[in-house]
Parts: sequence; structure tokens; C-alpha cells
Amino acid sequence: MDILTVHLFNALLYASVLFLIAGGLSLIYGVMRIVNLAHGNLFAIGAFTTASAVGVWFAGSSSAWLFLLVPIGAVAAAAIGAVVEPTLLRRFYRRPEEYQLLVTFGLLMLLEDLLRFLWGPYPISASVLFEKVGSLHVGEFIYPRYNLLVIATGVLAALFLWAFVYRTKFGVVLRATSQDMRRASALGVNVNLVYVEAFTIGCFMAGLGGAIIAPSQPAVLGMGVDALVLSFIVVVIGGLGSLEGALVGAFIVGVIREIGISLFPEMELAVLYVIAAGVLFVRPAGLFGRTA
Amino acid sequence: MTSAPAAPETRSPLRIVLWAAAIAVVLAVLPWVLDPYQSILIAYGLVMAIAVLGFNLLLGYSGLLSFGHSAYFGVGAYAVAFMVKYLRVESMELFILGAVAASALVTALFGYVCVRYTRIFFSILTLALSQVLWSLAFKFFWVTGGTDGLRVPTPKLLGVGMAEGDDKIRFLTHGYYYYVLAVFIACVAVMWVVVHSPFGKALQAIRDNETRARFVGLRVRAYRFVAFLLSGVFTGIAGALWVPLNGLTTPDILYWPFSGEIVFMAVLGGFRNFTGPIVGAVVFNYLKTYAIGFTVYWQALLGITLMVLVLVLPTGIVGTARLLWARARRRTS
Repeated sequence: MDILTVHLFNALLYASVLFLIAGGLSLIYGVMRIVNLAHGNLFAIGAFTTASAVGVWFAGSSSAWLFLLVPIGAVAAAAIGAVVEPTLLRRFYRRPEEYQLLVTFGLLMLLEDLLRFLWGPYPISASVLFEKVGSLHVGEFIYPRYNLLVIATGVLAALFLWAFVYRTKFGVVLRATSQDMRRASALGVNVNLVYVEAFTIGCFMAGLGGAIIAPSQPAVLGMGVDALVLSFIVVVIGGLGSLEGALVGAFIVGVIREIGISLFPEMELAVLYVIAAGVLFVRPAGLFGRTA
Repeated sequence: MTSAPAAPETRSPLRIVLWAAAIAVVLAVLPWVLDPYQSILIAYGLVMAIAVLGFNLLLGYSGLLSFGHSAYFGVGAYAVAFMVKYLRVESMELFILGAVAASALVTALFGYVCVRYTRIFFSILTLALSQVLWSLAFKFFWVTGGTDGLRVPTPKLLGVGMAEGDDKIRFLTHGYYYYVLAVFIACVAVMWVVVHSPFGKALQAIRDNETRARFVGLRVRAYRFVAFLLSGVFTGIAGALWVPLNGLTTPDILYWPFSGEIVFMAVLGGFRNFTGPIVGAVVFNYLKTYAIGFTVYWQALLGITLMVLVLVLPTGIVGTARLLWARARRRTS
């Protein structure tokens, strides 16, 4: 029974991080109809920024204040988003999808090397926070407390996002723009402002995903590209552009991956892809998607 | 998809054949003029041109953007490597046959799923499926060699192996180069016939207006499936030709950023033209080689190039050249 609890925690841990990445990707697609291939790199930027803030700039300090540094990665990713959307991506909303994918692919290559330029080729770790919170006993197993913090962050982020999108005035404007940009614009919504804000929030989420895992696993080059492909599976299962879909998809992927790792480690990724393809086969727009 | 109407192909078939023959002669003379390194670069470019030519049957002629062509390239390459490792085959002709069979099988399977979708879903699905193969090549290291990859020695061309005492560079630049060139010419000819056949015209009709194409009675999904199959097999042949040149196949060629490079090449040359992908593949190959030699941040350099390209020259090199040519002619007449 205890082993099941540990597996469940692991699945939830994975799902929390994936939800943050894929939720951001889905939010951006839902509002602007653009798939950002560089989204995984924003996740990596979050991880690298937090890791170097905790592990390099303030290394040696061991006070609990270090926890306040964790969100800095999310802020960095959001800042990049706020710059990139109006200067680069906005020109592409009216152009065919191949150009949108290509420009974000170019951005991916650029950001990947920006990480290499700023932080060098070696992994950076912020494990001091991970060790600080210690671990707890689940029956006969020892489980790190930090992972529970990550799960809590994921759940809180999902709740905040839900409240934000469905219970605030800005959420109404956001959904209106997503459903019919022209009409929202005609009714006096500043669509360009909504676009910047939505893109920034999406990047903030990806950055937060990177920031909260930085203490438990080192930030390495290439993590963004891997994360992107996994979050694609999430949005394919859940439905591109749907936040509920991202949540359910992240949970499904988290559980399947945990089962896969313990039962057939070689096939773990392949099983995920096959399931994603299977969902698309039955429901082309994903579980919660709107047919485009 | 919105697009500028393609320039009508008014040139006579004779002129096209003459032009093609002239270019073929130039390509055939190159290894005698250039130093071996340059010839090998050209050979790489021609191999990639076959892959991008296949890719462009989907993007340019069917309006489907595949972000998973690394899969078919990799299947071709790994088919060759497996034939070497497990069947002790040495003949290049058998390699190509094997690669065609393997890539046709995989493409048929993937295509059956993928052609049900268009636009962004098609792109994501092709990407996701290609990553299945990558993860398998990566994880089943006792079969595929994992990240170490599989080595492939120089093959026998038309039953003739590398001569005793001959060095590999000479073999690649004078024997293998012509083999690649011959396959390249054959592939270009086949693709030319395909896109100018009623089948090719039907694909373009579907691309431009799916609903009307259906009204006319075209079986849209069947046409897309055949296009997908042909496209994947072309890319598989390129993969098979690429391995002996590289001497090694690794999972990198199955990883999705490689698919991105294939898309890059098509856009660089201009995917609205028949010749665009060929020019794009050769130029990209030079661009990447020199960018890597120039700076460790070559990826950023290529990324910026790509962004500038889609912003400023969305019709690619060939499209822009044609535009300038047409303008110059209008001014003189």
C-alpha cells in the first residue's frame, strides 16, 4: 500500500510540472492560435534562472529566505515572453501556420544557445533547498518533502488559473478574445494588450514549472526541447487550447509515465506517444478540445 | 492556406530538359574541380535535397506541414545499418531497396493515422509519432547501439567495392558521389513527373480548396495518403544514401529538431517552387557547416537566419530570385 502512495506522489509530481508547462502552451494557443515551439525553452530559462539564483548568486546562504528566490525563474520567463510577443510573434498571427511554427522554431534555436551563452554547458543545481526541507516517512519508504511542495504548487497554480480565467473580469475579456477576436475588438477590448498578457502568463507558467523543479533536479541544456515534446503529448491528449484538457492530460501522462517507468522502462516514452496517437484517433481534437 | 498564385509554367519542356542537363553536367564535373571536402559537402547537399524534395510533396503540393520527417530519414538510415549488422549485406542497391521497403512500411502506418488531420494537428501528430521511433532507438541500445549509433562501412556500388589500396575520401568523392548524383537525378525526374501528373494537380487542388476538390469527386484522404507515402519513401532513400557518407547513424537523425532542419531547408529554398527544396538543401548544408566552423553559437545564428527569412523572404531563395528576374524582364521589355 505504501509503495502505491509513493507511486501516486511521483505521478502527481510529474503531472504538476507538466500541467504548468502544457497549461501555458494551451493558454497561448487558446487565445492566439499559435503553437510556440520555443515554449519548452522558457521552462528551461525558469529552471536555469532559479538554479543560478539559489545555487550560484546566493550560494553559501542557507536561510529560509532562499525560498523567496524560487519564483525569480518564472519572472524571467515572463519577461522574455512580454518582449517576444509584441516584437516578433504578433506579425505572424495572420500568416499560415507553417510560418508560425518556423518562426518559433527559429526562436527555439536562438534561446537554446542563449542558455548556453549565459550559463555555459554544465548543469546547475539548486539542491540546497531540496535538502533543506528534508524528507518524511511513508510507511517503510522515505519520501522527499520538497516533492510535496511541488505538487502543492501545481495544485495552487491550477486553482489560481481557474479563478483567474473564470472568476475575474480579465478572465472574461480573455475568453471573449479567444472565442472571437474581431468581435471582442469591436466591443472595445484592447486585443493587443490581451495578447501580451496572455502570452506573458503562459510563459510565467512555463517558467514557474522550471523554477520549482530546479531544486530537485539540475538545470541542463536540452531540457526545454524534451519538455516541449512531453507537453505536446499532454495537449494532444487533453485538447489544444483547453486548460481543463491540460490538467487532465498532465494527470494521465503523469500516471502512465509512472506505471511505464516501473513496468517497462524502455517503452515508457513510446507508450505515451502511442496513447496520444490513440486519443487523437478517437477524438481528433483531444479529450476537451474544440474542433478547429 | 493563403498563397500567391504560382507563376504559370510557360517554359517549353525542351528548355527545361536543356537546363536540367546543363546543371547535371556541372554537378558531374565538380569533383574534378573542387577539393574533396567541398565535393563531400555537395554530396551531403544532394542527399538532403532528395529528402526535402520528398518533404515538399507534402508541404508545397499538399499543404501539409510535417514536423516528423526525421522519422523516415532515420528509418532509411537504420534500415541500412541493420542490414549491415544483422544480414551482412554490402550492396548499396540492396540497401536502397531495404530502405524503400522499411520506410514505405513505417510511412504507411504513420500516414494512415496522420492524414486524417490537417493544419496544426497534422504537424503535432507527425512530430509525436516520429518521437516514438527516436525513443525506441534511444532506449533499445542493445539493438540500435543507443547514442553510440551503428557504424556502416563503405558499401559495394553495382557490385564493385572500394578498390584495394584506395582511400575512403577518393571513394566518396569519385565513386560514391556519382552514385548519389545518379540517384538524385532519378529522384528529381520521378518527382517532376509526379507533381506534373494529374495526381500532382489533384494534390494542389486539394491544397487550395479541399471542399471543392471533394465536390469534383477527388478522394481527398486517399490522395493525401499516397502523397504521404511517396514523401516518406523519398526521405527514406535519402536516409539510406546518407549513412555510407556519414559512416555512422545515431538517434540524432530521428530527433525532432532534425525534422525542423528539413522544414528549414524547404523554406530557405522556397517551398512554392519545384527547385526550391533542392537549392534550400544545398545552401542550408553550406550554411550549417560554416556556421558550426564560425562559432559555437551556430544554432543561434541559424535561428536568427530562420526568423529573418520568414519575416523578409517568405518565398525563399528561388521564389525571391524569380520575383527579381520577372521584375528585371518587365523593365527591359
